[in-house]
Amino acid sequence: MHNLTIAEIAKGLQDRAFSSVEITEYLLARAKRLDRQFNSLITLTENEALDAASAADQRLAKSDAPALCGVPLIHKDIFCTQGVRTSCGSKMLDNFIPPYNATVIENFNRCGAVMLGKSNMDEFAMGSSNETSFYGPVKNPWSPDCVPGGSSGGSAAAVAARLAAGATATDTGGSIRQPAALCGVTGLKPTYGRVSRWGMIAFASSLDQGGPMARTAEDCALLLNCMASYDDKDSTSVNREVPDHCAELNNSLQGLRIGVPREYFSEGLDAGTEQAVQAALSEYQKLGAQLIEISLPNTGLSVPAYYVIAPAEASANLSRFDGVRYGYRCEDPHDLQDLYCRTRAEGFGGEVQRRILIGTYCLSAGYYEAYYGKAQQVRQLIRQDFVEAFKQVDLIMGPTCPSPAFPFGAKGSDPVAMYLEDIYTISTNLAGLPGMSIPCGLVEGKPVGLQIIGNYFDEARMLNAAHRYQQVSDWHNLAPEGIEQ
Amino acid sequence: MNWETVIGLEVHVQLATQTKLFSGASTAFGAEPNTQACAIDLAMPGTLPVVNQQAIDYAIMFGLAIDAEISKTSVFERKNYFYPDLPKGYQTTQLEKPIVGAGEVSIQLADGNEKSIGIHHAHLEEDAGKSLHQGNFAQEYSGIDLNRAGTPLIEIVSEPDMRSAQEAVAFAKKLHSIVTSLGICDGHMAQGSMRFDVNISVRPLGTTELGTRTETKNLNSFKFMEEAIQLEVERQIDLLEDGGTVIQETRLYNGETKTAKSMRSKEEANDYRYFPCPDLLPVVVTEEHIEQLRGQLPELPDARQVRFAEAYQLSTYDAAVLGSDAATAAYFEQVVDRSGQAKLAANWISGELSAQLKAEALEISDSPVSAEQLAGLIVRIADNSISSKMAKQVFETMWQGEGDADQIIRDRGLKQVSDSGAIEQLVDEVLAANPKMIEDYVNTDESKRKKKLGGFMGQVMKASKGQANPQQANQILAEKLNNLIHNQ
Repeated sequence: MHNLTIAEIAKGLQDRAFSSVEITEYLLARAKRLDRQFNSLITLTENEALDAASAADQRLAKSDAPALCGVPLIHKDIFCTQGVRTSCGSKMLDNFIPPYNATVIENFNRCGAVMLGKSNMDEFAMGSSNETSFYGPVKNPWSPDCVPGGSSGGSAAAVAARLAAGATATDTGGSIRQPAALCGVTGLKPTYGRVSRWGMIAFASSLDQGGPMARTAEDCALLLNCMASYDDKDSTSVNREVPDHCAELNNSLQGLRIGVPREYFSEGLDAGTEQAVQAALSEYQKLGAQLIEISLPNTGLSVPAYYVIAPAEASANLSRFDGVRYGYRCEDPHDLQDLYCRTRAEGFGGEVQRRILIGTYCLSAGYYEAYYGKAQQVRQLIRQDFVEAFKQVDLIMGPTCPSPAFPFGAKGSDPVAMYLEDIYTISTNLAGLPGMSIPCGLVEGKPVGLQIIGNYFDEARMLNAAHRYQQVSDWHNLAPEGIEQ
Repeated sequence: MNWETVIGLEVHVQLATQTKLFSGASTAFGAEPNTQACAIDLAMPGTLPVVNQQAIDYAIMFGLAIDAEISKTSVFERKNYFYPDLPKGYQTTQLEKPIVGAGEVSIQLADGNEKSIGIHHAHLEEDAGKSLHQGNFAQEYSGIDLNRAGTPLIEIVSEPDMRSAQEAVAFAKKLHSIVTSLGICDGHMAQGSMRFDVNISVRPLGTTELGTRTETKNLNSFKFMEEAIQLEVERQIDLLEDGGTVIQETRLYNGETKTAKSMRSKEEANDYRYFPCPDLLPVVVTEEHIEQLRGQLPELPDARQVRFAEAYQLSTYDAAVLGSDAATAAYFEQVVDRSGQAKLAANWISGELSAQLKAEALEISDSPVSAEQLAGLIVRIADNSISSKMAKQVFETMWQGEGDADQIIRDRGLKQVSDSGAIEQLVDEVLAANPKMIEDYVNTDESKRKKKLGGFMGQVMKASKGQANPQQANQILAEKLNNLIHNQ
């Protein structure tokens, strides 16, 4: 049952082959049994899940239940869930129970989907290895000594370990795509503005975007159909019709123009990863696509620009965690200054503090123009690179990240090495473009991801390309060795 | 040495929107603490701002009223600092691209001349909450009330064009008059609907270089503003004349003790680390929208004063008193509409009514005597039903909420007796009862008779229980006494 895809679960539920309560009970039991190995969940919402499942079964008994009705899913612990602790992976919010739902959660509730639990993540989504979580690191189901990637490492590991067929995640600089690649699952970061940010705890507001993770592109399309919406509670949400992302999945790729950026195959790219990606690109040629070498000349500037803009926004976004109204408060503050200093020093982990400091510095009087101002200019250049590229190609493809999953602690002492994990994914966030990662090989038993970047709001075309590849490949169906079957 | 005072103002005007600048919570004043603060106002995690279009329109209306350029694109920025009454840890405001550009406001000087005060710009921003240090929050704790957090403000920044406390007050009053006339602010000073920060410096008369300025913050009455400026100007001049220097600092004025103190110096000033708010898109305003708002602008105070003077034959002074504040102007026009008596209406509103309102610290919109009721009273004065002395009594009774003028006049038997036959009879009775007084009157010097007449008047009014029309009684008395003199 845990090997069923979302499409298969949905069909089984609609056909009454099994009930939502049955599969929910099954997956809850599986999570309770197995997640001690992976630590992919912060909270298991057993009671809520069973209530939602029986409500879904009642809807399913009538006709016209929505496609995802009764399907069990896991939500990243960055999405506020009414009445259920939402920690954002931080001690700061270890006691925080939101009185409201994120719009994404509302959308899934309306579809009748069932929440099994809340997934582990890097603290405030800051990290590429899931090592910064207050709740401890998540283990990669493919290799328990290795990181699952981050920040959505819990969602990726949970899907890879078959704890759920799908999960929500968020991506600020690669936080959906990089863990999807490292855990061998399919993940999609939509166009900025496609998915509402209301109730999604902010890291860097101009870059954050929620998206789905699942094993197949088809499942991601099903999830995105429900997840995406225009939301008047989010001023950056784009009022544009949400198409049926499943409608074009089977379109032919004949004549599809795929841009292959020279800069994504340069120094720093692991040889095995490059081979796997090249093999996938050859497969696309066989499917009728045409490969076109392109240049995204400002790629090298993306990491430095990102590590100015994202921390700058984060430094302000995280100011609200001050111990005054909710969340962690230090014991016995002797004055206001002490309350602020100790609450934030004790409540935030090291990486979060590092980024707050970087951001504060970049925005300081005398440094603003040199850092924030310059980074915004670079952001324009990067956007322009893509605009130019999409004049001659339909999609851009390359590696999701430079190498497969690395061991715990390998990059912990070197933040810059960690930041370079996102070198291929960050540009799309800066440009606001959609990007996805699909499994395209194994290197030394660890998954490799192929990144697909689309033009604005062209998610359907990306999903079409991913789906056609998954029709002729099997990487996405591989289960990690050693997980209970 | 002679010194010249240089004053610039930053004025915070609370916009009279139903809801907050970035949330749907109510902005109504006076609710229980924290009952008008939603998840957005509390800066709960994951919440996002959505700008209130009404606030944008109000800011544009202000810009149009002062002939300023309206920015087609304005940008909200985050001003970062930590304080418990600032839930997000930043205030959302505008800096580089404010919605209202440069404009000007004319004020009338004491000598009757006009002076133009430059407006540097006006921008939209959200208000903070309030810290409570009293009551339950005595020694160890402070309370936070976030009802006000997120209330929309426009901050109007003037050029340093004012040269005295009087000019600054005239300017402040003119702004009050403009924003209340536009209906974009309720103008309730005591509730903090308008607050003034005053930048003050002095320089030797005849020089052009600006002296070091201080900023006295958060003044919420014209009176305090005038006092604070005078105090600070004196302090600076004393300091400079004693060979000292003025330090750039923020000061607070205490209206009760009439003293001021330094709050923080320039060195202690925050680095606010402004940057554009990524949760909000730039505010884009179309030419069509601006023109639509321009077409809907209500009458502004300058135009209204001219109209009042012409249409109601009011003095320039009365026209200014009644025409500057929108609520007063509306009240006046209602009274005139219903009574047809412009001059009486003007006198009563600027006299008795405003004195009572002031005594009880009420706004005219909260007046216990409605425009309709005052008009009812004025009608009875005009048709001589009651004397002006009775009218004051009726007014006071109406103020206590005891009904309309006619009802009070009827209930208390206050109706003035204007029947000349009845008055004549009363006069005759008084004369018949006081032969000694008549003798005295007749024998006294011509010049002293007027005073003696008052004695008879008192008797007549007493006999009529105050209801005799005094003019008529006076006339009849004088005639009868004169006849007595001539007949002798």
